[in-house]
Amino acid sequence: MAFGPHLLLAALEGLVTSAVLALTALGLSLVFGVMRVVNVAHGEFFMLGAVLAWAISTAISGHPALGFLAALVLAPLIVGAIALVAERLVLRRLNYNPEATIVATIGMLYIIQQLALTFYGPGARPVEPPFSYRILLPWFGYSGYKLSIIAASAFLLLATWFVLTRTKIGLIMRATQYDSETAQAFGIPVDRVYAGVFALGAMLAAVAAVLIVPISQAHYLMGQDPLLLSFIVVIIGGLGSLRGTLVAAVLIGLSDGIISVFFSPTLAKIIATLLVAMVLVFRPQGLFGTASR
Amino acid sequence: MKDASPAKPYALHLGVIILLFALSFVLPDYHHGLLARIMVLAVFAMGYNMLFGYVGLLSLGHAMFFSAGLYGAGLAVIHLGWSVPAAFAAGILCGALLALVIGVLALRTSGVAFMIVTMMFAQVFYLVILYFASWTGGDQGMVVPQPARVLVLGSTSLDLTSPTVRYTSALALFSIVLLITLAIVRSRYGRVLVAIRENEERTKMLGYDTFSNKLVAVVVSGTICATSGAAYALLFGYVGSSFASVQYSILPLLWVLLGGAATTLGPLIGTLFMYYVVDITSGFTSAYLLIVGIALILLVLFFPKGILGSIRQRWLGWLP
Amino acid sequence: MTDKNGFFDLSKTGLSRRTALKGLAAGAGLAVAPGFVRYSQAQSSASLKIGFQSHRTGIGAAYGRWYEKTTAAAIKAINDAGGINGRPVEVIIEDDGTDPGRGAEVVGKFATQHKTDIVFGTLFSHVVIGSAPAAGEAKMPYFVVSEGHHVASTKLNRYVFQPGITDVKSQIQAMAPWIAANAGKKVTQIFPDFAFGYDHRDYLPPALKAQGAEVIAQIAIPPTESSFTKYFPQIPAETEVIYHVMVGPAVLTFVKELGEFYGSNRPQLFGFIDSLEATDINSPGLEFLDGSHFWEGSPRYAQPDDSAAQQAYRAAVGIDDNGAAVGDPKDVSTAAHMFGCWETLYVVKKAMEDAGYKGPEDRAKLVEATEALTEFAEGPEHPQGPKTFNGKIHQCFGIQNISKVEGGKLKVVHKTKIEDGLYEPEGDYTTQAL
Repeated sequence: MAFGPHLLLAALEGLVTSAVLALTALGLSLVFGVMRVVNVAHGEFFMLGAVLAWAISTAISGHPALGFLAALVLAPLIVGAIALVAERLVLRRLNYNPEATIVATIGMLYIIQQLALTFYGPGARPVEPPFSYRILLPWFGYSGYKLSIIAASAFLLLATWFVLTRTKIGLIMRATQYDSETAQAFGIPVDRVYAGVFALGAMLAAVAAVLIVPISQAHYLMGQDPLLLSFIVVIIGGLGSLRGTLVAAVLIGLSDGIISVFFSPTLAKIIATLLVAMVLVFRPQGLFGTASR
Repeated sequence: MKDASPAKPYALHLGVIILLFALSFVLPDYHHGLLARIMVLAVFAMGYNMLFGYVGLLSLGHAMFFSAGLYGAGLAVIHLGWSVPAAFAAGILCGALLALVIGVLALRTSGVAFMIVTMMFAQVFYLVILYFASWTGGDQGMVVPQPARVLVLGSTSLDLTSPTVRYTSALALFSIVLLITLAIVRSRYGRVLVAIRENEERTKMLGYDTFSNKLVAVVVSGTICATSGAAYALLFGYVGSSFASVQYSILPLLWVLLGGAATTLGPLIGTLFMYYVVDITSGFTSAYLLIVGIALILLVLFFPKGILGSIRQRWLGWLP
Repeated sequence: MTDKNGFFDLSKTGLSRRTALKGLAAGAGLAVAPGFVRYSQAQSSASLKIGFQSHRTGIGAAYGRWYEKTTAAAIKAINDAGGINGRPVEVIIEDDGTDPGRGAEVVGKFATQHKTDIVFGTLFSHVVIGSAPAAGEAKMPYFVVSEGHHVASTKLNRYVFQPGITDVKSQIQAMAPWIAANAGKKVTQIFPDFAFGYDHRDYLPPALKAQGAEVIAQIAIPPTESSFTKYFPQIPAETEVIYHVMVGPAVLTFVKELGEFYGSNRPQLFGFIDSLEATDINSPGLEFLDGSHFWEGSPRYAQPDDSAAQQAYRAAVGIDDNGAAVGDPKDVSTAAHMFGCWETLYVVKKAMEDAGYKGPEDRAKLVEATEALTEFAEGPEHPQGPKTFNGKIHQCFGIQNISKVEGGKLKVVHKTKIEDGLYEPEGDYTTQAL
């Protein structure tokens, strides 16, 4: 294949990766930014979203789009509810102590993974895409559904941005993030904000998973890579910067796709990871972060 | 950091070492073998604790130091045919050099950025192992040949594959590293580290070069982890990339947090606890990870500072 | 540990370790009640103990489950027929988490805690290689069902055997003549960038060259990858055959994306079914595979010319004509590999009988008796087909199947001969000390 189309394909692929990554990372960024806890179980919420999407879409017969849409609504709600329970039962009792929450969320990771293995099984299971339109370009074919993921993700990101910057809920969240003690003094129920943020973060991961599951199957170990990549994106973007998270997601997604055009795949991964690490070495606060807090 | 008399802590640590030595005569075969492995991995956890517990730097990349030692020692035997002591030294040296390079780069950051940077460097290290699969054996790993795992000391030769030699070597390694960490922690340098953890700015203002102090800590920590990795390769005869995966970076963090960060014996307790929870529960149910998960959450709810950390806080203030 | 009969199925969880594979002698019912476990252990002190290193968790879990089912069926058949040397056989299962470190610990546990007679059943290569030193040090015969080339490479040790499934080097070599003659001469290989893929990378090109065909491109995909489209432009346009051996949970994605990339205008496809073990060939997105060919160790779908032994084996393990669990058509088996557990256990039986095996003190005799075996005839004990065994490299060699995807099923179109897969031995375990 000629170089131009090859690059186009790599860029498209990179954008799809970025779109899903941005949503997942945004969820982590909220939890990380507002609550200051490292949620190791974030990837498992992602996995739960995908597994539930499989369960819901197979339970609903008829056109695949019906099952998919049901999953898109229900799976995040269920995951959000689970996260809420986990937050109330465990994290709150730990006073969000950073070290204790790491152990606790590792515990959650084990529990969620084991339950998925027990009830869902070890196999990788596909979910049928809501539509399967193949876009025929002069050089290669491309999945129409994949392009729709980019659009859906962009819409959801915009919606989140709107909530965060233009609504009272967003204002409360930002106030809590900025200084939780002062927020408390001003009568903001910090406790409930934390619960809501934790649930919202999990829901964003679940939505991302539902979107991706028609192209990459649900599997009980699928949570690890999104977790690691999300951490990277959040920190590279700059803690607490929505814009930074988005830019970093696009940067990492695209670089992963495009570097693979020039180097052998494993070498490409090495170079991409090293480059991103170096960004952080020379700009520790991240691309859009303010000086360390 | 209480200024208690040095006798008590040293007596305790010697007691633990003597107890472990005595156990080697009474433990059934299986637990004997398991404890040897736990002691080697506890050294890994102690190395991690140096940095995380005492300097407060949370790394998610210590698997690279462990596997630097693992591969440094293992590949020296496999490809170069080096003797056990030479290979052991090679492993430790690899870890120390890597820690120096990583330290210089990663210490430009702090907090969560440090965590992510170390994680990414470890990921690079892991991929490099896969990339050079023709030398490293890639994901399958390689066996360190049994005949090469003999320690020749003058006229006597010790077979590292014999359970007794293995236990004794593991205990010797564990004891040396334990006493070294205890000495470091109680030294003036150890107090500087804790001061950095508690308030880096103030320590700097007091005239300490915090960067080089932290760098030394990274190198010491990385070297201890590499020592554990090198010992693992020589004692258990296998090197593989799974030891460089992020899972093995999270494990020492978990062990240290369970046992109690910034306690000298916490790493051993945490490793021991985690191993036996998995070992015992997997005997009762195939869904043992569920129980492990619940155990972790319960533990952290009731012992938020880890087992030894909570004991120190409540009862034994003098614990180092 | 399965999706359907997991938690609340006592027959699975209650007895996991001292599993109830004890046949008639112990009686599964007795063992269920915790109070009786000790009793049943004492009663079965005369039984032979096989330690089963199973991938219950981790990336190998889909295989582990079916390996357990096949093993349970084989042990039941062996015990029903009087056991080994007149003694019942008991299987003790330990989970290795598909991790080499844990694998070595599990072998140690079998040797020193359970005191099993042998260890058996490992699939994933890195776990085999990680566990082999522990087996060698404990002088514990270790029978793996992995298909990796590690045993035959003679890089492990004298206690490791693979007598129930052909190794991948031999499989690849046996595929080459058919590919060159029927699929095409210009081959592009796509394989995972780790050891399993390297066997294909290294052994296919010379084998194809000997048949007058050639590999024109090799595309290695990193193990962490979850989408593949960006690699497809590297496939040369003149490619006649794409030879693919992707494994892992992302493999469905791989096939689907290949389908989106090429549409109906595609080169020939030849793959190893490892890609799609435990996966329904009729999953959405896999329509693209229609008309393509796969290697299969043992056929997943029942074939019209199946031998009586093959039919009996399928019934005993509990798989239907589509290779799925009887009663649950969605629970697809790992048919192409799991037969190896059945056959390995019968090899163990034969070797123990030849050696007059009585207990762990006879392990060295068992090793020598196994090395002395040369041939396994097709039949109830070896339902996949006849095999030869090379005692010097501890590896068996059997026939391979090439199947075509047709109407949503895999239909065997070619069976190779044993000779197609033979190669020069790379060493000799029998020169090592016992």
